Amino acid sequence: MVAVRLWGSLAELADGQQTVEIEAANLRQLLDGLARDYPALKPQLERGVSVSIDGKIYNDTWATPIEKNSEVVLLNRLVGG
Amino acid sequence: MPKDEFQARDFKIVGTRPLRPDGIDKVTGKARYGADVTAPGMLWGAVLRSPHAHARIVSIDTSAAEAMKGVKAVITRADFTYQPDDPGLADVLDNCMAGEKARYDGHAVAAVAATSKKIAHDALDAIKVEYEVLAHVTDVDEAMKPDAPVIEAGRQQENVPAGLSENVTSRSKYGHGDPEAGFSQADLVIERSFTTAATHQGYIEPHACLATLGADGQGDLWVCTQGHYMVRNTCAGLLGLDAGMLRVTASEIGGGFGGKTHVWIEPVALMLSRKAGKPVKLVMSRDEVFRATGPTASSSIDVKIGMKKDGTITGATATYRLQAGAYPGAIAFLSAMCGFAPYDLENVRTEGFEVMTNRPKAAAYRAPGAPMAAYPVESVIDELCQKLDLDPLETRLKNAADEGTKSAYGPTYPAIGLKATLKAAQSHPHWTAPLGENQGRGVACGFWFNFGGDTCVSLMVNPDGTVSLSEGNPDIGGSRASMSMMAAEELGVPLDQVRTIIADTASLGQNEVTDGSRVTFAVGLATIKAARHAIEIMKERAAMTWGIDPEAVDWHDGAAHPAGPNAGKFPPMTIKEIAAIASNTGGPIAGHHEVNAEGAGVSFATHMVDTEVDPETGAVKVLRYTVFQDAGKAVHPDYVEGQFQGGAAQGIGWAINEEYIYGEDGRLQNPGFLDYRVPVASDLPMIEPVILEIPNPGHPYGVRGVGETSIVPPLAAIANAVSRAAGVRLTSLPMSPPRVLAALKGQ
Repeated sequence: MVAVRLWGSLAELADGQQTVEIEAANLRQLLDGLARDYPALKPQLERGVSVSIDGKIYNDTWATPIEKNSEVVLLNRLVGG
Repeated sequence: MPKDEFQARDFKIVGTRPLRPDGIDKVTGKARYGADVTAPGMLWGAVLRSPHAHARIVSIDTSAAEAMKGVKAVITRADFTYQPDDPGLADVLDNCMAGEKARYDGHAVAAVAATSKKIAHDALDAIKVEYEVLAHVTDVDEAMKPDAPVIEAGRQQENVPAGLSENVTSRSKYGHGDPEAGFSQADLVIERSFTTAATHQGYIEPHACLATLGADGQGDLWVCTQGHYMVRNTCAGLLGLDAGMLRVTASEIGGGFGGKTHVWIEPVALMLSRKAGKPVKLVMSRDEVFRATGPTASSSIDVKIGMKKDGTITGATATYRLQAGAYPGAIAFLSAMCGFAPYDLENVRTEGFEVMTNRPKAAAYRAPGAPMAAYPVESVIDELCQKLDLDPLETRLKNAADEGTKSAYGPTYPAIGLKATLKAAQSHPHWTAPLGENQGRGVACGFWFNFGGDTCVSLMVNPDGTVSLSEGNPDIGGSRASMSMMAAEELGVPLDQVRTIIADTASLGQNEVTDGSRVTFAVGLATIKAARHAIEIMKERAAMTWGIDPEAVDWHDGAAHPAGPNAGKFPPMTIKEIAAIASNTGGPIAGHHEVNAEGAGVSFATHMVDTEVDPETGAVKVLRYTVFQDAGKAVHPDYVEGQFQGGAAQGIGWAINEEYIYGEDGRLQNPGFLDYRVPVASDLPMIEPVILEIPNPGHPYGVRGVGETSIVPPLAAIANAVSRAAGVRLTSLPMSPPRVLAALKGQ
């Protein structure tokens, strides 16, 4: 299981849990698992998120590996100018 | 260690300051910008725009315009028969050509293509639009009130609490710990409210394009943009085209800064071309740029910070309300993430609200959401330092984030350079230089993420051994120079043997927009890997020539060498020698790399500025300005310094002069550079850039992005300098003379 930290307004949609646990070994499994276990998060997941894994931010690469002790933080999908 | 991880090395070309490859064309007028492209039989396009801030479109009669001699096509929203499923794309379509309502002053309602500019504009006058004028709202705080006119109902996300106007479309919360408990531990707590105005990105070149689109669905578009792949994908999605049938070529760009990361006129030009059966050129006037494209968001902010007497921040909160314009926006969450990012805080909470108003849809502007996030935070920290008699740099150092800090937006930082920028500021002569009467010195820190994203690069070794490099990102900050330098460095060839061009959308795979400070990082990564790919091929060719295994060949100094005595005694084969016999050894030689470059390194800056306030007029003069920023490895320091200086200059305008002024009628009052005053050279001191090079561990050369962080601290640094010079805390931007004078009189 991987511990995933949610940002504040997302945590409110996950029954107030700031950290949830998901069975995942990579980014795709993580996002699929979040949508499966916490359906209230699906609208935001469909709009897009970024994921910080051990301090590096990832957007799309499904195969990005996640270790069980990795720090995983869900973030709003980042955009730039 | 993987090759995409940083490895320390001695550079021969990277880090030097060669002449800019685009410089001569730009200063001699040879560079071809968006409006410089023409085609045989070309028509001129023009757009009719709403004079109302908010109005229902009852009817549009185009018959008189269509009957005019020389008019070849007139279009309204009715001509856009393809309705995109994606709500974001549907918003873009409605923004490019209004449907049921005009949502802001300047919203497009019809367009014409004619044989001359004059005929096109005369035809606009002949179009009759009947409007039902609706109540409007252009202020973000007013738009949040439950009784405010609603721009579009039903757009609230699930995260918006009940009781707010439907104009509030989203809310984001970040933070950790217990700020209230933190405030109770503080010796002093300051809570203040701030506002910032909507500002223009200040690009000189108006939006321009030339479009051709045939009945067979094949088209070409030449356009001034930060992202021609984005233009292709968006236009194809709006018009129901196959993306592969639309080829988009980016022109030289006269500034973008985030303002050219969207489409406005391009789908209109394509639709006019399809209807007229001829190429159509569409160029915005300056008035149109101001009224109908996207400035950055205005904002209204509350910040509360508690501090101990020794300077330790014990608790911090911020609420950001950002005006998104006429469609749901998406940058308030960035404010909520960035505001306290420079600091190591136990108790922090931020909240960001997106709010629709009757203004053009807000667009990105360098580090979108971050400057207005840093401004109030750094202002309150400065005021706490004043009242607790603390050194503002030492206090920031005491609270500064470092490797291992849990950031205010969640993740734990890897190696970062904030403390290095603060220490550089402390030891710089600027910090201890004397100040005169009515003068003040301000400092502030800023943060930006930097991005990567989809990137493709092709590197061709030509028969004479020269190198042609194709990238897919418009060069807005020197990428042709930096890519050539990185390719030459990796190949071991002289820089003048490499030329980089920006390829069209049919020549490379998908490339993300030139934004997010991503290009030197991501395209640089792809360039290095494309060069390594070509080197592997050249090593194979040399091995074939020598009759040895490719593994027994090394590459350095622009040539293949036997790897050691056991590989055999052969003289080195240079890239020119290998290229000359390429036809005999397997054919043309090219390297390429395609990647979604993730893992960009975050960046921090500290700015220091001296200002003088005229107590009689309230005018602010910027006397001295120094930028300290972590660039990672500076590939071409001239361009890096230019980014630092440009961000500071734009921040000076944002802080002191610039604002979109809307009248009671909801119409923009100052749509031009005479009444919207950006700083010019005579307004500015020499801005001194200090480059710090803390390598990004996620890039082989240690490169970070530098294009955006430099605009994050200036608003706050200047506000702190002005507040100290004036002896009163300024809390609204811009700090224009009337506003400063009012503050002085109100003391």
